[in-house]
Parts: sequence; structure tokens; C-alpha cells
Amino acid sequence: MPKMMSLEELQALREKVKASIDLREKGDQAEKMVIVRVAMATCGIAAGAREIMSYFLDEAQHRNLTNIMVTQSGCMGYCYAEPTVEVTKPGEEPIVYGYVTKERAQEIIEKYILGGELVEGIIPVSHQSLDE
Amino acid sequence: MSKYMMHILVCGGTGCLSSQSGEIVEGLKKAIEDIGMQNQVQVVKTGCFGFCEKGPIVKILPDNTFYVQVKPEDVEEIVSEHIVKGRKVERLLYENPESKTPISDSKHMNFYKKQMRVALRNCGFINPENIEEYIARDGYGALAKVLTLSQMEVIEEVKKSGLRGRGGGGFPTGLKWEFAYKNVADQKYVVCNADEGDPGAFMDRSILEGDPHSIVEAMAICGYAIGATKGLVYIRAEYPLAVKRLECAIAAAREYGLLGEHILGTAFSFDIEIRFGAGAFVCGEETALIHSMEGKRGEPTTKPPFPAASGYWAKPTNVNNVETFANIPVIFLKGAEWFSKIGTEKSKGTKVFALAGKINNVGLIEVPMGTTLREVIYDIGGGIKGGKQFKAVQTGGPSGGCLTEKDLDTPIDFDNLLAKGSMMGSGGMIVMDEDDCMPAVAKFYLEFTAEESCGKCTPCRVGTKRLLEILEKIVSGRGTPKDLDTLKELSEVIKDTALCGLGQTASNPVLSTLKVFEEEYIAHVRDHKCPAKQCSALLQYRITEKCVGCTACSRVCPVGAISGTVKKQHTIDISKCIKCGACESKCRFNAIVKE
Ligand SMILES: Cc1cc2nc3c(=O)[nH]c(=O)nc-3n(C[C@H](O)[C@H](O)[C@H](O)COP(=O)(O)O)c2cc1C
Ligand code: SF4
Repeated sequence: MPKMMSLEELQALREKVKASIDLREKGDQAEKMVIVRVAMATCGIAAGAREIMSYFLDEAQHRNLTNIMVTQSGCMGYCYAEPTVEVTKPGEEPIVYGYVTKERAQEIIEKYILGGELVEGIIPVSHQSLDE
Repeated sequence: MSKYMMHILVCGGTGCLSSQSGEIVEGLKKAIEDIGMQNQVQVVKTGCFGFCEKGPIVKILPDNTFYVQVKPEDVEEIVSEHIVKGRKVERLLYENPESKTPISDSKHMNFYKKQMRVALRNCGFINPENIEEYIARDGYGALAKVLTLSQMEVIEEVKKSGLRGRGGGGFPTGLKWEFAYKNVADQKYVVCNADEGDPGAFMDRSILEGDPHSIVEAMAICGYAIGATKGLVYIRAEYPLAVKRLECAIAAAREYGLLGEHILGTAFSFDIEIRFGAGAFVCGEETALIHSMEGKRGEPTTKPPFPAASGYWAKPTNVNNVETFANIPVIFLKGAEWFSKIGTEKSKGTKVFALAGKINNVGLIEVPMGTTLREVIYDIGGGIKGGKQFKAVQTGGPSGGCLTEKDLDTPIDFDNLLAKGSMMGSGGMIVMDEDDCMPAVAKFYLEFTAEESCGKCTPCRVGTKRLLEILEKIVSGRGTPKDLDTLKELSEVIKDTALCGLGQTASNPVLSTLKVFEEEYIAHVRDHKCPAKQCSALLQYRITEKCVGCTACSRVCPVGAISGTVKKQHTIDISKCIKCGACESKCRFNAIVKE
């Protein structure tokens, strides 16, 4: 690393490295984030959940959506509809989408996360989570 | 650019490292490579999370999963379950002590709920050996900002923040900087005091281990403000990990042009050197520290002159504590106004405490000034170990005093603690329960100060020794009521006549326990009893009617003090008993009591 010679160079480096701890910053402020939770159990992975998770990560980055936190969960119990994705907006009830393909993922981002309108593929939530 | 989906943070503080967190890091890295996910999952060794009671800690982000007491053999399960299948490993989750249910998200832990992390903001969050992670957290942004201000503007900002020294004295930091700034000289110095000698204290060590760059940055800011080009960190050689992380930070800062000549292309030059202390408590006192750095005996001299006027090699020198410095970058990033809104009227910001003693969550915590002792001990600390009765808490280490039940709702700040007969000190907090004997506690601290007295002045050298002798007499049952008067009188004399802070405060633990627990002292000297049942010389073993006459005790007694016939209650001959306790631990019927 060559010596930085100006305040602007420091600024530029900060912009560049910020992404490296982005994930931790988001985890730290999870309550303000749109949380996209991809079910990553054996069934989900077999149905392509890992690709869907990468897709959400890539899209969030390309579109510079800093308020989206992509994470994974265990099996949500909707194995018939894998890959499943649960989206929780701050202060709202989680919504679960099934059979998520890249196209549907794009729709979820554009219409639901950004636009606030519900898109097809919602699975009626059959349980209540026991989190505190 | 990395596309990590998950970060695994492993505590690399001294405590966790000694319980194999190094192996955990290696194990995780290897297991993740084995499944080919090294580009998706990043393993980071961080500084202390503070929750030392349950270390080693492994935290997984972004879902905030908090695993406690992780062992190297747990690594495989964490990877195969959590990382691959997204299922949390329940048995490693922290359990809510009341409901006994596992808590999956660290945000729900009481330990963290009431804390506010300013000085510790990066500890347990970044890799301390990676300058870019610090920069990503706006690191060196404060220095960059400062370089566009005038020296007096910088000092004014620190003054406005209300920051007071965290090394024990609580002196206003901005004012101290102003003194050093106004003293004109061809060379000035910035010194960071990382001597940290209080028994049970490890705040400064954890900051240096977890976030060394914040100290480097703050020292450079201070150098700019007072007009110094050289910084020195005085650190005890017993802190090898902190030394290593600091060396690594200094080297990286030089490489990036954040230390050295013409920092960030400006006219300002500043560099830092490390000096090692040999671990004498008195060398934490600033004048002794300076003498020690000059290669002289680590003995204090009278003030004035203060270091700000004549310090290292008789040049103006600004000495600040590690935690004081750790607050500086935040003040410039978030503004003095933001900082001054935290805390109480005269004590701004937060304070880091090292919780120790009979408390459930031993560890490192940071709370806003004004938090009550009750919140610290019960909400964050999880209450007293083993459901015992709280008795007292010692703040200020060997220079402080003890606070009791009636003080629990006092908001903690510099002035309130002084008013209650203790002091803030550097942040050690030792909790005592019903089993602690207060004269013995006072004796413990006096042993420390008598040992650490540098011997330069008579009141401290001889006085602490005499105090210790009287306390030894009291706990061994040879004390008389007159000893209590002597203790008080001698304590006051030492306080008034000792040269440095060590001697001046050495008698505080005696005076404070004597004031609050006078009854307990009287019981020792008048009735020759120890109410807490700790002073073995004052206790006698007795066999109660629970005895079934099994003869186990009489067979184990090494001096043959126990007699009795089979199936009949036995008795102990007090004149022969050496109080070794062998009979008590042998008895299966709880028939032997210590009174
Ligand atoms: C016996 C004795 C030991 C001390 N030990 C320390 C220490 O370990 N660390 C520290 O920062 N200050 C220690 N101090 C206080 C320093 O003399 C000095 O006040 C402090 O470093 C100033 O920094 P601050 O204004 O940032 O608190 C000690 C003082 C005395 C009298
Ligand atoms: S008070 Fe004690 S430690 Fe301080 S100078 Fe005197 S003898 Fe040394």
C-alpha cells in the first residue's frame, strides 16, 4: 500500500473498504434493515437456495440497496415450495415467498421491497415464531 | 470485491485465547475451506467481546448468533449445521439465566442491552490487525478532520465534549491539552499511559488488544493539538498481545501514511514509540512513569511542576490514559455535542468497567455515566454468584472504597462515587458477597500497596507496613479495640503526608471498610469472632448432634484432636485442633460446623 498523501485519498480508501464490514454493520442494526432470509436446509439447497441467496446479495450490491440484509435460516417447513425466502421489513410482519426463481427474486426486490406491493407466490404463514 | 454472505467473529482477547480461541479460528478456516465456502464465509479474529465469563465467544453475522464456551471440537458442528444448513447449534447458544431458554440473537441478551459502546466501539467488531477494517469504520476520519482545524479549535472541541481523564483522576482532558499547548518549547511529547496496574483491571489492555488504531489516531490528534511530533506508549511488558497488536497498528499506520512525516500530505508529522514498563504499580503515576521512561528509577516527584509544563526530558508532556484516548476519535466523528449529551452533568460519556468477584457475568462492560450500580451488578452482571447475598462492591481498586446496598441506586459518576466515600478509579469493580470478610478485604489491598510502595517517602513506606501489621493482627484474632483507633489515626496521617497518589489513597480501603462495616471490625477485636466466617484463626470447629458416630472424622484428623466412640456423637479438642478443615470435608452428614 503506497502512503496516502491527501485527505481525499483516505476518503477514497474508506469508500472502497467499507463493504468489507458492511455485513457486520447491518447485523448491528438489524432492526432497521429489510431482512431477506433464505431457507438453507438440505431441501432448499437442493432446489437452488444458494444461487438465490447469491442473487439477492448481488442485486443488493448492484442497486446499492444498503438497507437490505441477506441471511439464511434453517428449514422453514415449506419444503414443497423451495426455495423459500422470508422478507421482513422493519416493523412489519414477515412475508414468506415460495418457489423463488431469479425472476421472482427480482420481482420481490422491485415490487415488494422497493415498491411496497405484494407479489405472487406468498405462502400463508402457518406458524408463529417463538423468538422473544 | 469480496462477496461474503456471512462473517464469523471469534474473540481473540487474552482470556479467550488462553481457552483455545486460536485453535477455533484455525479450525473454522479449515472446515470452511473443506466445503469450498471460503469466498462466502469470512472468519475474523477480533478483540474482546466483554463476555469473558462464558468465553470463548463465537459470533455469527449478520444474524447475530452468539455462541458461548465454544471448544475446538465444536467447530465441525457449527460449520456443518449453521453454515451449511442454516440451523443454529442450540446447545452452544447463550441461555437466559432466568428462563433457561437459549437466546439466539445477542441483541436480546441482558448483558448487552444496557451497555453503550463508545470506547469499546470496535472491540469484538473488527479485526484489530487489519487497518482497513478500522478505516471502514471511519477510522482516521477524525484525524483527517482535525488536520483541517486550528490547534485551538481542536482543544475547544475536546473541552466542549466534557471528557474527563479515565486514568483515575478525572481531570478535564481539554484543559490538560490546553496547558501543554500553551507551554512553548522546541519539543513536546504525547504519552499514553497503558500501565494499568490495579488488581483485577483489564480495560486498557482490552482496548489495545481490540482496537489499537483508535489509540494511534487519538495520540496523533493530541500531538497536532498541543504541537508535539513524538508520541510514547508506556505499556507493561506483561501485556504481550496488546504490545503485538499495537506494534502491528503502528507499522500499518506508517505504511498508509497516517504516521510519520507529512501525514496525509499535510505539514503535520507525528510518530509513536513503545516503551515497556516492568509492572510496578507506582509507574502508572505520571511523574514516576516519565522517570521510568527516562531510564531513571520509577519514583514519583512532587507536582508542580506538572508534566504539561515539565515532563519527559523536562519538555511539556501530555499524559493521558488509554481509555481517555479511545474516546477522542468519536468526539470528532460525532461531535462534542453528541458526546456531551451522554452521561451526567459533570461526567460526560461512558465508562468501561472490569466486572470481577462474586458476580455471574465476569467481564468487560461499558455503560453511560449515570447508570446505577444496581443496573451494572444485577442487569448486566447477572447478579451475585450462587444466589448469595450482595455485601459490597469495591470501586477504584486499591485506592478506592466499598459501596453497599444503600448505595446501589446511586448513578455512577466521578463526583457521586467520591461523595459516597469511594472513587471512580480506573474502572475495576470487585463485587463481594456475604462470605467476604471486610477486614480481610482491607488487608488484601494493603498487602498490595505495601508491596508496591516505592519507598521514597516514609509515611507510605513505613505507614502502609504498619497498617498491614495491624490488619494482620485483627484477622488473626489478636486485635484489641485500641487497634481500631490506631488504624484510623494512622490512615489519616498517611493520607495527609504521603508524596504521591499511591500513598495518599492507600488507606482508603481501610477507612472505607472501617466506616461502613465497623461492627465487623468490632466483632473481630472485641468478641474475637469473624461474622463472615472467613478468618480461620477466629473460627472453631464443632461437631453437632447431627453426628452419627461414623468415626470418619477422627480417622482423618492429622493431629488426633477428635475423640468419641462408635455410633456416639464425637467431640473436637479445641486446644489440639489446627483448623485444617479435613474433618469438615470428610463428614458426610454435615455434622461439623465452623463458627
Ligand atoms: C499509584 C498510581 C497509579 C496510577 N496508575 C495509572 C495507570 O495504570 N493508568 C493510568 O492511566 N493512570 C494511572 N494513574 C494516574 C496517572 O497519574 C495520570 O493521572 C493519568 O495517566 C492521566 O491520564 P487521564 O487524565 O487521561 O486520566 C496512576 C496514579 C497513581 C497515583
Ligand atoms: S507515597 Fe509511596 S509510592 Fe508514592 S512516593 Fe511515597 S513511598 Fe513512593
